[in-house]
Amino acid sequence: MLEVSGLSVDYVLDRADVRAVDNVSFTVGRGEFLGIVGESGCGKSTLLFAIAQLLAPPARIAAGSVTFKGSNLVGLTDGQLSAVRWRDMSVVMQSAMNALNPVKSIGAQYRDVMRAHGKTSRDEIAARSAEVLRMVGIDRAHLRSFPHQLSGGMRQRAMIAMALLFTPDLVIMDEPTSALDVVAQRSLMVQIKELQRLLGFAVVFVTHDMSLVSHFSDRLMVMYAGQVAELGATRRVFDDPLHPYTRGLLEAFPSIRGPRVPLKGIPGSPPDLSVIPTGCRFHPRCPVVYEPCPEVAPELVDSEGTLVRCLRYTEEGASRDERAAASSRPPDQAFQDWRGAVQADPARRRRREL
Amino acid sequence: MSFSIGEREIVALAGESGSGKSTIARLLARVYQPTSGEVYFAQSEEDPGTPLSAMRSRRARLRYSSEVPMVFQDPFASINPVFRVSHGVLRSLKLHRPELSAKERQAEAARVFEVVGLGAAMLERYPHELSGGQRQRVGFAQALAGRARLILADEPVSMLDVSIRIGLLNLMASLRDTMGVSILYITHDIASARYVADRLIVMYAGQIAESGPIEEVLADPRHPYTQLLVSAVPDPRAALSVGGETDTGEPPKVIDPTPGCRFRFRCPIAIDPCATVTPELTGTGAREVACHVAQSGAEVKAFTS
Amino acid sequence: MALQATVETRRLPSSQALSRIGRAVRSNRKATAGTVLIALFILVALFPGVIAHDSPTLDAYPPHLGLTSAHLLGTTAYGQDMWAQLVWGTRNVLTIAFVVGLATTAIAVLVGIAAAYLGGLWDGSLSVITDVLLVIPLFPLLIVIAGYAHGGGTLVLIVVITATSWSYTARQLRAQALTLRSRDFLEAARVRGERKLYIIVVEVIPTMTSLIVASFLTNALYAVLFASSLQFIGLGDPNTVSWGTMLYWAQNNAALQTGQPMWALAPGACIAALGAAFALLNYAFDEIGNPALRPVRRRPVKQRSVQQGKRHA
Repeated sequence: MLEVSGLSVDYVLDRADVRAVDNVSFTVGRGEFLGIVGESGCGKSTLLFAIAQLLAPPARIAAGSVTFKGSNLVGLTDGQLSAVRWRDMSVVMQSAMNALNPVKSIGAQYRDVMRAHGKTSRDEIAARSAEVLRMVGIDRAHLRSFPHQLSGGMRQRAMIAMALLFTPDLVIMDEPTSALDVVAQRSLMVQIKELQRLLGFAVVFVTHDMSLVSHFSDRLMVMYAGQVAELGATRRVFDDPLHPYTRGLLEAFPSIRGPRVPLKGIPGSPPDLSVIPTGCRFHPRCPVVYEPCPEVAPELVDSEGTLVRCLRYTEEGASRDERAAASSRPPDQAFQDWRGAVQADPARRRRREL
Repeated sequence: MSFSIGEREIVALAGESGSGKSTIARLLARVYQPTSGEVYFAQSEEDPGTPLSAMRSRRARLRYSSEVPMVFQDPFASINPVFRVSHGVLRSLKLHRPELSAKERQAEAARVFEVVGLGAAMLERYPHELSGGQRQRVGFAQALAGRARLILADEPVSMLDVSIRIGLLNLMASLRDTMGVSILYITHDIASARYVADRLIVMYAGQIAESGPIEEVLADPRHPYTQLLVSAVPDPRAALSVGGETDTGEPPKVIDPTPGCRFRFRCPIAIDPCATVTPELTGTGAREVACHVAQSGAEVKAFTS
Repeated sequence: MALQATVETRRLPSSQALSRIGRAVRSNRKATAGTVLIALFILVALFPGVIAHDSPTLDAYPPHLGLTSAHLLGTTAYGQDMWAQLVWGTRNVLTIAFVVGLATTAIAVLVGIAAAYLGGLWDGSLSVITDVLLVIPLFPLLIVIAGYAHGGGTLVLIVVITATSWSYTARQLRAQALTLRSRDFLEAARVRGERKLYIIVVEVIPTMTSLIVASFLTNALYAVLFASSLQFIGLGDPNTVSWGTMLYWAQNNAALQTGQPMWALAPGACIAALGAAFALLNYAFDEIGNPALRPVRRRPVKQRSVQQGKRHA
């Protein structure tokens, strides 16, 4: 239903253009929940804005297409986009307090939205507003409330309700839970999943909190430095992370159950996008880096159903590896050990056995 | 609220936003004054402790702020952007270690930067050249520039990327182990609290709900709110567990508080006394709970799935 | 095998900061235009004798002359060379602009930031003074005061305009300082035990430089306009050589009606040009400081072929 193909987004700055999103491609099927995770600077929010055609200068789409239900959204005018906006595709922003108009009541804002996109009958508007609020568990009396009168969790739910006014086919969410505390986060996620089951819309969910999205997404896309690092079924990515960055990220979450183990995190920090490393962008921080990495920029390859951007999984990388292995054993062995450790993680093994 | 922090320990103060945990930090940093009650700061085991309100002279106040510094949450707002990152450390040294000469101050600043893992070369940089994680390390360096004995860390990692947090948490643990510094680690993230802290204090709506050694509290939470928190924490390595609790409540805004347990509106096992009598924090050994049901001896099973 | 990618971050000593500003000025068109104009005016004010060979006050020339090679703009009804007057007048205008700009901004910084940071009674009383001055209609007040001072010279003008203009900027700076008050680095300074005065001078003011510079430029601009207006209606000393006084004399002699348009147009154009220069610099500083305001260059969008995107399938 949504097909992003070769999308690249540049920030036009004084010295040179900075490519915040580099040749990203993925698809989202009907009713699917795709999680996009990454840390700050990986380009996930920019990607989201590009898909929703909400980029403002100095950002602009440099290449690629965003095909939604058959038509390419890139290059359409606002007038052409408004037919799609909110009816078929809607957006939930990060902070409801910033996205909701503070001087208008919730009901008034819903009315604005519906009038802007075609519905004009007062009765219809009132009925629909009450309906969406009910769906997210808010009493209809709150249609008269102002955003500051609602708590943080309720505001986010009101935003989600607003996104569902026209029962769109796709809802894009930009970190809707990051301003909430852990209890509210969890109940909001459960609610979103329930609504998805009820109404059948697809969700693209951008977040930095991998552990949160892991329980709710069907597929997971990990971004690093503007590129897709790994893309595959959520459970697979968690049980058997292929990309060293994905694995590093997973292991940076301390666990609340199980034994208390010292963790390392990932040394260094994400690269400044105006000075990207040569070859693989992750190589300066990679625990299993080897000879070709600083020279060859890896492409996305399919490894048993998961797409991964790492030379260790490409034929070219493997053949180089063999040549390197012929001269000295260690690099090959290090990677095998690393892979073995992933597979042997007791928690994962237990889950696979279940 | 009543609690204590000992030497060489990291105490995690956990709670949702609005629970009052940041206020505690500012109370201990003397930014706010308590409405009632007193904070005592002791120099050693035998010292009964000086009340903060008795520290009037500038000398006493400077001494206290040198021994109880604070690290802030936002790495992008907690360092003055127009000066080099050495500025805060050097000022701290000037104020709290007046016996040092300018040259000695530079040397000490370099040493402190090494301790937090930054390296002396970073001293000449400007804040915008540093990443979020590096800036938070500068924050810790500033805290160590005095004679830090208790560092008040107000959500020091919540605005950092996940892969960077571990580095800072490891730093905090090493400060406790190698330099004997205690840390009050304020957070809403229980998992990170577990990773680094020795004891846990759970706050709800301005009151302590439960406290004790962190492993014990997390393994066997006795307050319904603690159980709710523990069950809500997502763990990527654990199996999916949706359902169990159906809580969609919010912590109350505490204006004109009335007696009674503040959690009773969300508590599925509330009994009559909960509405009228504010529960006291009592317990056996190191563990304390403020819950009528727990104190009556019954088992508390509120949000366990 | 640990590989290190070396990514050098440049350090920023003050000399490099200056060159960065220089580069920013050159690349931003508004900044370049504004800087060039101001520099031109400053040069003229510094070396008027080089550009205009006649004395501005000497009335020995034949009056009502049109544009000639000897008198570039002609002569006034009193036989004075207009070009000389214009050139020498620059000094007066620029002096007023810079002195008023600096004085106004200095007072506003003191009052506004102190009010924001000291709070309480200090804030209350300083704000009352500021607000009272703000509410009084500026131009009538100027006229009353200037009239009282019997049309004194440049110094009176400077004092009068400064006294009536600082309140607006003080309000702005106070508001900005209030938002900064809760910034963590100021709280950090408080917590580590810094004294209040230190915090205001060393920690707060340097972070407000862009607003302070913008205020200076705005105040200088308005000083030019107010001073010229006061001189035009005769409240300055009519014997001063300045653009506003030229307008006064031009008005008195009905210059536009009697076929001496240059007498009014030339100083008017100069006032406009100097005002525009300050305004351009103001815009430029905004854009340099806030990248979101910069105009986006138009470049053709490249569309990659679809095949490239599907390579991984």
